[in-house]
Amino acid sequence: MMDSGRHPNIELMAHSEVEDVSGYVGNFQVRVRKKARYVVEGECTACGDCAPVCPIVRPDEFQMGLSTRRAIYIPFPQAVPSAYLINMEECLGDNPIACGKCLEACDKKCIDFDMRDEIVELQVGVIIVATGMEVYDPTPLDEYGYTSHENVISTLEFERLISAGGPTEGHFVRPSDVTRPKRIGFVQCVGSRTALSGSNPDGSKGNPYCSNICCMNTVKDSLLLKDHYPGTDITVFYIDIRAFGKGFEDLFMRSKAEGVKYIRGLPGEVVGDPETGNLTAYVENTTTGRLETHEFDLLVLSLGAIPRKETGLVRQLLSLSRTSDGFLMEAHPKLRPVDSPTRGVYIAGCAESPKDVKDSVTQASAAAARAGILLNSPRITVEAITAVVDPDLCKKCGLCAKVCPFSAITWQKGEVAHVISAACAGCGTCAAECTFDAITMRHFTDQQIYAQIDAVLEQDSLEKILCFACNWCSYAGADTAGTSRLQYPPNARLIRTMCSGRVKPDFVWYSLQKGAPVVLVSGCHYADCHYIDANRNTVRRVDALWQGLEKHGVRPERLQLDWCSAAEGQKWAKIMRELEEMRAAVTVQEAEETKEALKGKKVPVSSKVWRLKEPTPATMRCMRCTHQWATTFDLAVDEERMCPVCRNNGVRVLLDGWESQRR
Amino acid sequence: MPIDDPRIGVFVCDCGTNIAGSVDTDALRAYAEALPDVVVAVRNRYTCADPGQQEIRRVVAEQKLNRVVVASCSPRLHEPTFRDCVAQAGLNKYLFEMANIREHCSWVHIQDPSAATKKAQDIVKAAVARARWLYPQEEEQLPVTDATLIIGGGVAGIQAALDLADAGHQVYLVEQEPSIGGIMAQLDKTYPTMDCSI
Repeated sequence: MMDSGRHPNIELMAHSEVEDVSGYVGNFQVRVRKKARYVVEGECTACGDCAPVCPIVRPDEFQMGLSTRRAIYIPFPQAVPSAYLINMEECLGDNPIACGKCLEACDKKCIDFDMRDEIVELQVGVIIVATGMEVYDPTPLDEYGYTSHENVISTLEFERLISAGGPTEGHFVRPSDVTRPKRIGFVQCVGSRTALSGSNPDGSKGNPYCSNICCMNTVKDSLLLKDHYPGTDITVFYIDIRAFGKGFEDLFMRSKAEGVKYIRGLPGEVVGDPETGNLTAYVENTTTGRLETHEFDLLVLSLGAIPRKETGLVRQLLSLSRTSDGFLMEAHPKLRPVDSPTRGVYIAGCAESPKDVKDSVTQASAAAARAGILLNSPRITVEAITAVVDPDLCKKCGLCAKVCPFSAITWQKGEVAHVISAACAGCGTCAAECTFDAITMRHFTDQQIYAQIDAVLEQDSLEKILCFACNWCSYAGADTAGTSRLQYPPNARLIRTMCSGRVKPDFVWYSLQKGAPVVLVSGCHYADCHYIDANRNTVRRVDALWQGLEKHGVRPERLQLDWCSAAEGQKWAKIMRELEEMRAAVTVQEAEETKEALKGKKVPVSSKVWRLKEPTPATMRCMRCTHQWATTFDLAVDEERMCPVCRNNGVRVLLDGWESQRR
Repeated sequence: MPIDDPRIGVFVCDCGTNIAGSVDTDALRAYAEALPDVVVAVRNRYTCADPGQQEIRRVVAEQKLNRVVVASCSPRLHEPTFRDCVAQAGLNKYLFEMANIREHCSWVHIQDPSAATKKAQDIVKAAVARARWLYPQEEEQLPVTDATLIIGGGVAGIQAALDLADAGHQVYLVEQEPSIGGIMAQLDKTYPTMDCSI
């Protein structure tokens, strides 16, 4: 901390927020708001003369509200920068009638009530996102009594209470009567591994994932207690103890050897005695299968980690993706773990997933090294797969700019769209959106793709399944099927695109007109889309195609959609087997009729479903196994569709009118 | 129309028995050579190995090829290898195309050599059709500003800042709280070494 504060190459901007980021790899422009401290940072010596005279007393956030601070304060004694600040919302002001006492107390005269926020513009080549985590708020899981019993505390409160720099100077006491607790319980997995998927769609009761750090943190806490107060009786309630890291098992064994009791099973209820402040926990010991009752003086809730709210803002500013748990998604979970999908932006620490100090440091050094590669190159090259707008064909509609996940297309009303090629990642969803053929994807041109379709369907078209596969997931999933030697029918013919978002509806229309019995559009699962959310456009276009095919009397099932990750070789093989059955069912007559039916017909680009403004009752129909179920469809909820029976992702939304029309 | 008169060379790889085990690579080579605009088709035992690459460079020069198709494994594996190879042969590296007849064909249709061979022919045919429309591409070069923004001054942000700063790069470390340190600063001790957090 201290080192970074005085390093000549580091400009520390504390009490500051990133407000805007523009530009692209190697050339980002950043706007930072340096919030006013009202104390001149470079002048303040942290002598502390100002705080005692301040009449305003507030809970101290650093001490988890277990002690107080003044309106003029330093967050903690070792703070960097080592300077006081005033919380102006709490301060009475500098008017001598109201207050102004700190002004008098400050010998160096470094308090400045006229200070204003400062906007700083920065030019940087790379960005590292290390926005960290928050701890889970245990209020919704109130069977543990966090809100009703004073002696039920959180892990961070524990840390402050046992710290020599804490409110009690390290004398460990419980909140209700400031006495030393002799029987202490720890409850693990509070807010982690608690939600069964689908049990609480609003996420109000914990999260399904493991928070990684809490087991070892409790093991550490138990040893601290045993070290400071050897006689303390400690019980830990857990689901599994995950002591997987170097030196972790040793620490866990030490804790057990010190007499800490580990009981498998989480309390179902905690009851407090208002007289004594003691707590009774009722728990099913799942090792013995017995119900047990334990009495404690203090109960510590081992809280899980959740993504920090501010990470969401940063994610939007930088066009990053997140995984289903809300943490930032890396470019590749194994091979590019600190790269983000946006080139020149790296991820480190708990912003990516909950992790301990060692892993955060490791990842930070990795991100720094990755960033260094770019910073040390005099110039960097961009793969020539970017989009190019033909100004003669552009009709200035701006749809391309709207669908670009990277904000790489600039457009203003009445103006030709312009691609910033350095920011373009080459997904091609703009080219698929453009109905005027004004966008060329370098190296994945319409011409090249049509040539591939023609080559495949020129002969024996009825025997072939035409598959569009995205480079990152479904093409790679097919590779995995190969590497695993999974056997499947030999009828598929793949056309690789960078993203399923590149698949222009015209390609599908053309393939069916050329006699393809079945066409598959495949891409990444929602959480894995390498172009943030470009594959949502794929779904929208396929919805429109299904509607259009049905309108012209073509079975919409002949267009299949599915997501297959790079790891899902098994799924790829399964898709291939299922599609082969569908292909075999298409007769020469049906294929010929399709050619006639689609001849000269306009390619549909929008469906009713995507014009819905509010949640609407709908029937979902699996386009593979025909399973149907009723639901309320809401476009605003960005969820991957999946058939609960066959797990196919090609699920069609039928608004009720449509359904009755079909039957 | 293609920008020039395409002269395509197809290089069919046996990959030992990985491809040749279920795909008749001789028949595939002959099939490829008969495709329109294909000037020559060559069969190799291992196209990615040095002799295989030398062969590509030699044939490009001899036959004045302006497009190269390699029918072998996944482009996710060896596209960079062969792009470099054709660049060494003096062609723009975007004039190269790959036909995946291993992961997507020979390995998944082991029991059915005739279907595998037929499918491999289609895959090569589509690759050649695409190759006809390939254009040379120039990769854009961009300057890099030698400075880093780090958002978040917890332990990860601090470590990344120190590493980059020690390596001589300018770093801007932005923290929303009045002090850096993050959650780690609030911890008393940290595992597994039980030392102080600040």
